[in-house]
Amino acid sequence: MSAAAPTWTAERPIVELHDVHKSFGTVEVLRGVSFSMMKGEVICVIGPSGSGKSTLIRCINALVPINRGSIRVEGQEVNDPALDKLALRRKVGMVFQQYNLFPHKTALQNIMMAPLHVLKQDRREVEERARLLIRKVRLDGKEDSYPGELSGGQQQRVAIARSLAMRPQVMLFDEVTAALDPETVKEVLNTIRELAEEGMTCILVTHEMGFAREIAGHIYFTDRGVIVEHGPPAEFFASPKDERTRQFLSQIL
Amino acid sequence: MRGALPVLLPFRAPERGPPTLTRAHLVMLAVALAALAPAALAQASGAPLSPLAVVWKWTPLLLAGFGFNLLISFAAMAIGTAAGFGLGLAQLGSSRVLRGLAWALTQFFRNSPWLVLLFFAMFLIPFQVRIGGVTIPLPDWLKAIIGFALPVMANVSEIVRGAVRSVPTPQWESADSLAFTPRQTMWMIILPQCIKRMIPPWMNVYSLITMATVQASVVGVTEMLTLTGQVHAAEGGRPELFAPLYGFALLCFFVYCYPIDLMTARLERRFQVR
Amino acid sequence: MNAVAEFFRNLYEATGLNFTVFYDPYDRDRYLRGVWTTIYLSVVSIGLSIVIGGVGAWLQGSPVALLRRLVNGFVVVFRNTPPLVQIFFFYFGLGTLLPASFDASGLRQPLLNNVQWAIISLSLFAGAFNVEIFRSGIEAVPRTTVEAAEALGYTRLGAYLFIVLPLALRVCLPSLNNNLVNLLKTTTLAYAIAVPETLYAMKQIWSESQNVPEMMSVLLATYIALVGLLVWIMHRWERALAIPGYGR
Repeated sequence: MSAAAPTWTAERPIVELHDVHKSFGTVEVLRGVSFSMMKGEVICVIGPSGSGKSTLIRCINALVPINRGSIRVEGQEVNDPALDKLALRRKVGMVFQQYNLFPHKTALQNIMMAPLHVLKQDRREVEERARLLIRKVRLDGKEDSYPGELSGGQQQRVAIARSLAMRPQVMLFDEVTAALDPETVKEVLNTIRELAEEGMTCILVTHEMGFAREIAGHIYFTDRGVIVEHGPPAEFFASPKDERTRQFLSQIL
Repeated sequence: MRGALPVLLPFRAPERGPPTLTRAHLVMLAVALAALAPAALAQASGAPLSPLAVVWKWTPLLLAGFGFNLLISFAAMAIGTAAGFGLGLAQLGSSRVLRGLAWALTQFFRNSPWLVLLFFAMFLIPFQVRIGGVTIPLPDWLKAIIGFALPVMANVSEIVRGAVRSVPTPQWESADSLAFTPRQTMWMIILPQCIKRMIPPWMNVYSLITMATVQASVVGVTEMLTLTGQVHAAEGGRPELFAPLYGFALLCFFVYCYPIDLMTARLERRFQVR
Repeated sequence: MNAVAEFFRNLYEATGLNFTVFYDPYDRDRYLRGVWTTIYLSVVSIGLSIVIGGVGAWLQGSPVALLRRLVNGFVVVFRNTPPLVQIFFFYFGLGTLLPASFDASGLRQPLLNNVQWAIISLSLFAGAFNVEIFRSGIEAVPRTTVEAAEALGYTRLGAYLFIVLPLALRVCLPSLNNNLVNLLKTTTLAYAIAVPETLYAMKQIWSESQNVPEMMSVLLATYIALVGLLVWIMHRWERALAIPGYGR
C-alpha cells in the first residue's frame, strides 16, 4: 500500500459508500446512496432498469466519477482527484454485460494482457496463472480460441478469468448474464458461485432473483437513484416492507 | 443497449465527421502571420521588395495561371467523365470480351502514376493528326488535358461499376419481370438510382485532378506553378521568395479545393454512401 | 542474363525496338537504380506516414483542444493542396531557409538533400490521409471494449496501443491499402526536384537513346508491377491480421 493510504484492517468495511450523488447533465442517476460491506461478503443490487444500478458499480472502480459523497475501497477515497486509478483497479475487478473481451487476442492472451502490460509481471508466472484460471472457469482446451469462436457463456467466463488475473480484492459483476442464452447462464452463475464460496468479495447487479436469493448475504433494492430497501435475502423476499419493492418483486417473480 | 447513458469518461471526443477548420484555426493563422510579418516587412526598407509585396505585385498573373489550371481541370474532367462512363458501362456489359477489356483498361490507368500517364500522353500523342485532308494540330496543353483525362476515366469507370453493383438484385429482377430490355433496365431504372451515389466520389476525383494539374508544369505546359517559378526568377531568384510564392499557390488551391472537400463529406453523409 | 541481353540486342537489330535497359549495362544500371530509389522512397514514406497517421489519430482524441486543432489543421491543409506544390514549398521554400554548410569548393551543402525532402513531404502528405483513415477505424472500436481496458487499469495510451489501434487497424486496412498505393504512385513527383527515381532515370534514358515508346512501356510495366507487389503484400498482411470469428 502507498504511504498516503490510511491503514485498513479487515475489521473495517472493505467497500464503503456514503451519500453518493451522480448526475449526467440534468438527469440525476444517483441521489444519495450509502452502504458498506465487509471483506468476503456477497451483495446483490436489484431494481428496475434505469434505477442507477450499473452507474453505482461503475462508480466504485472510478469508471464514472461521482459529483458528491464518498466512496472508500479498503479505506482509500475513490472520489479523490489524486487517486491512483491503477492501484484502485488492481483491487477492484469488473465484469461487464457485453463481456468486452479483446477480439484480436486468444482467450489465454486476453487473460494475460493486463498483468503483462499494466502490472509488468513476469511472463512465465503470468502464463502459469492464466492457465490455472482457464481451468478454474472450466475452459480447458479453449486457451487458443479467439473470442469470436466462443459462445457467450464461454466468453463471459474468460472475462471473469481475465479480471481475476489482476488478483482483485473485490469483484463487480454488472448484469453479467443479461446478454446470455438461457442455457449458458448456468455455467456463468456456477463460476460466480464458486468464487463467492472461496471468500471473494462480490457486488452483483443482477436480474436473476433466484440466484440472488441463494448467493447474496444482503440484497439492496434501488429505484430512481436511491436504495429503497435492503436486508438479508430470506427477509427481503419473504416480507418486503416498501410498496415499490413489493411491486417490483410481484412483476419479476 | 449501447450507451443509453454516457457511462464512460470521454476517452475521445464525441464522434465527428472529418476534421474541419474552425475559428480557432483562423486565430492560429493570424498569430503565425503576425509573428512572420515583422521579418517580412523589415526587408522592405532595403532595395528589394518584401516577399509579401512581391506576391501582391504578381497576384494578377499568378491568378490567371490558376485560372488556366482550372480550365485544364474542367476539360480533363469532362472528357474523362464521358470516357469513364462508357468504360464503366462496358465493364458491366453483356459481352465477356468487352467486359474483360474494359476491366483491364480501367485497372491499367487506375494503377499508373498520374505523372507517368501525363508523360505518356505528351510523348506518344503526335503533335498533329491528319483526318482526310485536314491537318489538326495538337498543342501541348491539349495533350496534357488528355493525359489528365486518362486517370479520370479509369476512376470514373470504377465509380460507375461500384454504384451499379450496389443496386440490389431484386431491382434487376423486377425490371426483368416487367419485360424491360437490359438496356432499358440500365438506363431507366438502375442508373437513375445510383447517379446520386456517384456524386461524392466523382467530386473527390475532381478535387484530385484539380490538384494534379500543377504537374503540367513538369512537362512544360504553362500554368500557375510554371508562372510561379518564372516570377521567382524575374524577382532575382532570391531564396527567401520561394516560401511565400509557393505558399500563395498552396493557398489558391486550398481555397478552391477545401469547400469541395466539405461539400463531398456532407453529401456522403446525406447519401449514406459506405 | 546474357541470353536476355542477346535477345534484346537482336530485337533491336531486327525490328528497331530499342530496349536499351535490357542489354546496355549503363542504362540497365540507371534503370535499376531508379527502381531501387522508388522502392526506397516508398518504403520509408509508407513507414513514416503510418507513424504520422497513428500519432495524429491519437492526438485527435486528446483532451487538449489546441493539440486537436493543430492536428485537424494539418490534415485539412495537406489533403486539400497539391502534393507537387507541397514538395516545392518544402524543398525550395524551407530548404533554402534552413542553415547550410559550404564544402571545400564553396558549394552550398544543404542540411537536407532532395531525397530527404521528398521523403518528408510525401510522408506528411500521405500521413494526413492516414490520420483520417485511422480516425474512422478508431471510431469503429466499441466504447465498451475501451471501458473494459480501463477497468483493467490500462492508461489512455496503453489502451490505445494495445487494444484500440490493433482493432482499428483491421477495420481501416482496405482504405489504408488504397492510400499506400496512392503514395507509391505519388513518389513520381520527386522527379520534379531531380530525385533519380524510376521516371527520372527513364526520362534520361529515352532522351539519350530516342526510344520513348519502348521505355514508356517498360516504365508503365514497372509501376504496374510495383503497385501489384504492394497490393499483394497488403493482402497478405490483411490475411495475417484476420481474427477468427470476428469482423464482417
